[in-house]
Order: sequence, then C-alpha cells, then structure tokens
Amino acid sequence: MSESIEELVSQEYKYGFTTDIETDTIPPGLNEDVVRLISKKKNEPEWLTDWRLKAFRLWQTMEEPRWPNLKYAKIDYQSVSYYSAPKQAKKLNSLDEVDPILLETYEKLGISLTEQKRLSGVAVDAVFDSVSVATTFKETLKEKGIIFCSFSEAVQEHPDLIKKYLGSVVPYSDNYYAALNSAVFSDGSFCYIPKGVRCPMELSTYFRINASNTGQFERTLIVAEEGAYVSYLEGCTAPMRDEHQLHAAVVELVAMDNAEVKYSTVQNWYAGDKDGKGGIYNFVTKRGKCAGVNSKISWTQVETGSAITWKYPSVILQGDNSIGEFYSVAVVNNRQDADTGTKMLHIGKNTRSTIVSKGISAGRGNNTYRGLVSIGKNATGSRNYTQCDSMLIGNKCSANTFPYIEVKNSSSSVEHEASTSKIGEDQIFYCKQRGINTENAISMIINGFAKEVFKNLPMEFAVEAQKLLGISLEGSVG
Amino acid sequence: MIEIKNLHASVNGKEILKGINLKVNAGEVHAIMGPNGSGKSTLAQVLSGHPAYQVTQGEVIFEGQDLLDMEPEVRAHAGVFLAFQYPVEIPGVSNSYFLKAGLNEIRKSRGQEELDSFQFLKLLKEKMKVVEMDPSFINRPVNEGFSGGEKKRNEILQMAVLEPKLAILDETDSGLDIDALKIVSAGVNKLKSPANATIVVTHYQRLLNYIVPDFVHVLVHGRIVKSGGKELALELEANGYDFIREEMLQSA
Repeated sequence: MSESIEELVSQEYKYGFTTDIETDTIPPGLNEDVVRLISKKKNEPEWLTDWRLKAFRLWQTMEEPRWPNLKYAKIDYQSVSYYSAPKQAKKLNSLDEVDPILLETYEKLGISLTEQKRLSGVAVDAVFDSVSVATTFKETLKEKGIIFCSFSEAVQEHPDLIKKYLGSVVPYSDNYYAALNSAVFSDGSFCYIPKGVRCPMELSTYFRINASNTGQFERTLIVAEEGAYVSYLEGCTAPMRDEHQLHAAVVELVAMDNAEVKYSTVQNWYAGDKDGKGGIYNFVTKRGKCAGVNSKISWTQVETGSAITWKYPSVILQGDNSIGEFYSVAVVNNRQDADTGTKMLHIGKNTRSTIVSKGISAGRGNNTYRGLVSIGKNATGSRNYTQCDSMLIGNKCSANTFPYIEVKNSSSSVEHEASTSKIGEDQIFYCKQRGINTENAISMIINGFAKEVFKNLPMEFAVEAQKLLGISLEGSVG
Repeated sequence: MIEIKNLHASVNGKEILKGINLKVNAGEVHAIMGPNGSGKSTLAQVLSGHPAYQVTQGEVIFEGQDLLDMEPEVRAHAGVFLAFQYPVEIPGVSNSYFLKAGLNEIRKSRGQEELDSFQFLKLLKEKMKVVEMDPSFINRPVNEGFSGGEKKRNEILQMAVLEPKLAILDETDSGLDIDALKIVSAGVNKLKSPANATIVVTHYQRLLNYIVPDFVHVLVHGRIVKSGGKELALELEANGYDFIREEMLQSA
C-alpha cells in the first residue's frame, strides 16, 4: 500500500508550467505614480483615476487584518509588481489575432478559447496576468443585449454602468485587500444581463497568473437586471514558483427584482510544495447584493489551491423575500491554510439563507470556517440554515469552526448544525474488501462527503471539481 | 480452496492468533466458534487483510496463491469476501454506486466486461429479492441510518452481488432478531454452491440451526482446540465453553 501512496504524493501540480512570452511589466513597488500609470495604460477616465487614488490613500492608512486563523510571513507590498501584460497588438478584433502562444497556454490548461468551447456552449473571458486576452461568444450574447467583456473594455464602452455599480457592493473602504485591489486592479470581467433576459449559456472567466513576482488584482462585476438570470463560472491556476504570489480580487454581484445570479468557482491556484514553499496568497472579497425583491444569489465554491486562502463570499439580503446561498468545499493538504466562510446579512423581510460548508483537512493543513449570520431588526420572518461539516484525514491536520450569529427580531429562526468526522482506516478497508483500491476509495468517500455542494455546480464543472478533489488528496491517507 | 498453516497474528504487539491450522474445501461450510476474545474475529480480519493486524508466522494458500501477500482489494478480486461484524457507514455514497464500483473492479480484474448502470441495476434488484430488501435501499447512502439488522442484510446483499468463492461471515447473527436471522440465513443458503465455501464465525449456536455447517471448530486463546461435525455445536450449546476448558485442563 505504502508504495502506491508514495507515488501519488509525488504527483505534481499539473498546471505548474510557465509560458514564455514577452510582457509589459511595471517594476515592483507601489506609490501614487504607479496607480496613475496603471490607470493611464488603461486609458481610463479621470473619475476612475481619482477613485483609484482615493482607495490608495485610504489603503496606506489601513492595517492588514490579523484576526484570521492563518500563518504567513509578512507580505512586502513594495516587492510586488502591480501590472504585467503580454505584449500584443493593441486592438483585437477576433481570436485569430490573439498571440498563438497564449492560445496554446489555455489549450494546455484544458480551456479552449477556440473550437471546442464553441461546441460546449460556454462563453469564456481569459485573463492572463493583468489583462484579459480574449472573450469568446461576444457576438452571440450581444444579440440578447447581454454584455460580457473584459473590465477594461467595459470602462471604455459602458462607462455609465461601471460608474453606477463599481464599488456599490464592495466599497473601496471595505477592507484592506479591497482597498488595495481598488487602487491597482488591472482587469477582470464585466457582465450585464438586461431586464427579463435569461443568459442562454454559462459565462466563464479563466484566471491565470504567469509572470513571476507579480500580483493579480482582478475585479469582476456582474449585474442582473429585473427578472434576469445568469450562471457564472470562474477557474484559476498558476505556475509553480518558489516564491509566494499575491492574488487579491474583488467580485461584486448585483441582483435586482426577481433576478438570479449563480456564481461558481473552482479555485486551483498553485498551493505550494509539501514543505510550504511557494504558492498563492489568496485574499479575496466577494459579495453579492440582493437589491430587489425575490432576488437570489448563490455562491458555490470548490477551494483546493492557494497556500493561504482568505475568502468570505457573502450576500446582502436587502430585497424582501430574497435568497442567499453559500455552498463550499475547501480542501487543505500539506501546509495549506484556509480561513473561509460567508456572511449572510438579512435586511429585508422574509429573507432566507442557506450555508453548507464542507471542510476537508489533510497533511498538515489547517482549515477554518468563519461565518456570520446577521438578521436585522426589520428582517422579520427570516430564516437561516447552516451546516458545517469537517473531515480530517490523518492526525497532523486541523479544522476549526467560528460561527457568529446575531438575531435582532423575534420572528426569525436560525439553525446551525456542525459535525467533524475522520476518514478512517476502517472506511478505506471496507471499500478495499469490496474490491475498490485505496485511491478510488478515498475519492469516493470524499466525494460522498462533498456531494451536497457538488450537486449545485454546473454539470461540466462538477466533473472537473470531483477529479480535482481526488488529485489534491491523493496520497494523503497512509 | 483455502489452507491455513500455523498462522500467528498480533495487533499492537499483542499476539492474538497462536498457530491456526485449517483447511476448507469447495462446497463446505465451516463454523468457527469460541468464547469472547478467543480470536475469531481476528482470524476473519487477517484473512481479508485488515492493516491493523500483523501476521508474524505461518502461511495461507488460497486457490494455490499466497493470500497474505495480496492487498485486501486483490483478495476481493480473487474471490474472498468478508461480511463485517460492524459494517462501516459511507455518507453521501449510494449503496448502488458503491457496489457497482466494487463489482466492476472485480470483473475488470478477471478480464470480464464492466456492467453498465442498467445491467447492474437489473442484477441488484434480483439479488435484493434474495435478502428481501426494499428497493429504497438502492439509493440510500451505504449503511448510513441503517438499523443493525439492515446493515447485516446489506452485507449479505453485497455478497450475493459479488459472488465470492470464499465468504467469511463475521458474527453475522449478532444484533439480528429471529426474523432477520431467518432471512439472512436463507440468503446465505441460497448462495451456497459446490464451487464456493463459507466460513461462519459465531459465538452462538443459534445461527447454525439455519446455516448448517459441515465442520465446527472451537477456537480458544488463539488456537483451534477442538474440531468436529455439526453436533459439536450442540454440545457447546448444552455445556457452554467451560467444558472445553476443562477438557483442555485434563489433557494438560
């Protein structure tokens, strides 16, 4: 048995390659000039430059949060480069003009920006380091009035929408990393679904950090107007590098009356090696606002990568009868640290939220669920259901749960269930006795544990996530 | 079919089996009886390859192969089945998914074609009738929320689907009421053939009224101290294990 485990342990992160491409990179360091330079490179209107500068000035006065249950060396923000873009022809009219090396990179990652994706019907925006390199299916979507493009393009083409919604859910003053992101964000995706339109395909953004010593600070903004529906997928990978890389993103979702936004993430940034060398520091602010009545926002995340994860996709339930959901599987192995969870802020009447969190810890991993359920004075008749389950593999890992609950009226109800289990030798032996080998047994047990979350992922993604989970944990039971 | 020679095994450095010798031929049913702590369950676990037990001496030949050299799943592929005394729960994994995965691994190892979902479901439903199980168990998670009796019945269902050459039943009667005992035993009897063999590990004679053994062996302190026909079980029932201990003392 131990031999096969050795083999599996030594399996390498399969997205760890680098792409050799000429880039336009700003030297490391951060000051007002760098912020202005980023804004200028993107040809931004003055109001946006000012917004960035305000964020930067505030950020300088802020303290990095120390409350998370995470251990990492202090980050030197002056040693990071805040902008890196592959050099390519200025204006792209079609995919044919994208640098073939970039297309090849995405092919290698299993994300085809060309033929295959057209067949599978997923529109993709690909972000390489700091900029979006290609968005597929734009024309098809345009016919329905749907805007799906890179953030930079949206700033140029739809400045009114950006001005109206940028920072409307996550203000630049929200927290340390959100302020940093607001100052230096380089690109990301923008998506706008007009009134009454059901987006006919899954929209997807694929993030790739390639350049070394570079941070990635993307910004995603999704607006679903009255009665609109969209399902959005996000995937991420990075090369294996010995140093840590910084990723601080902001995602804002807005759902108006009767609108629904479903946001799914499979986060597979490089996690560092087994001794904790290298890996991505992932500090992300994700928040949705159910602004309208009967609106719904649903977060589903599968977190397997990153050395450090700090992430709490949240929902502000402002509209009456609105619904917020959070389904999460977070896996830590080796030296990974994750502090993740959600916030459900009930403001409107009869609002409902569901939280299902599945934490899996292996190796020397440390997994923390941190969640806040807050039901306001006026949020009468509201309900929350929370379920937090942890699974431990081996005896050097840990799992923690920090649920915070605040209820300010007497007609609401909050339910919280939690469990911790250990994937045992006996479970594996039982599977083996029925003819199933260790690898498949672990994958089966883990997938059974995380099933409630997987069933909320779009089909294609669910399969990928299941495989990914198998890979992340291979060899962790001995 | 299986020959156990001078088998010694320990757990956490403590020797439990102290030289077991046993030969089981195809078509036979052997009962292993003995008081608590005599090593009955250990023998069942060692034969199926539980990693907590270390074999320190002896050998086990199964169908001409060295059984102790095989991984537990390879033993399963070769046709060894253990009906667990305490079946394990696997939340979120449906009974049918689990069993289909097992069956197909076994079929693959034998060069047989894997069954698809439709073929498997048909087989599963047939076999469920053998143990009178409700079809709702098909999609329930493996053993989760099952009563003690349902778990045991599920073990026999798995045995019916996997069709082992050698079935080892570890205290299958414990926790069963008389009706469940009858159903489970009837299931085991229906699966019996001249080509397979069964080892029944039990504390009580009760089960042997329904699954009639060809041979009965009494295990005390990690050794088989007495072997005989099915009448030995009745003797034990009448006199308890003490009479064996006394016999041992006298002969010592």
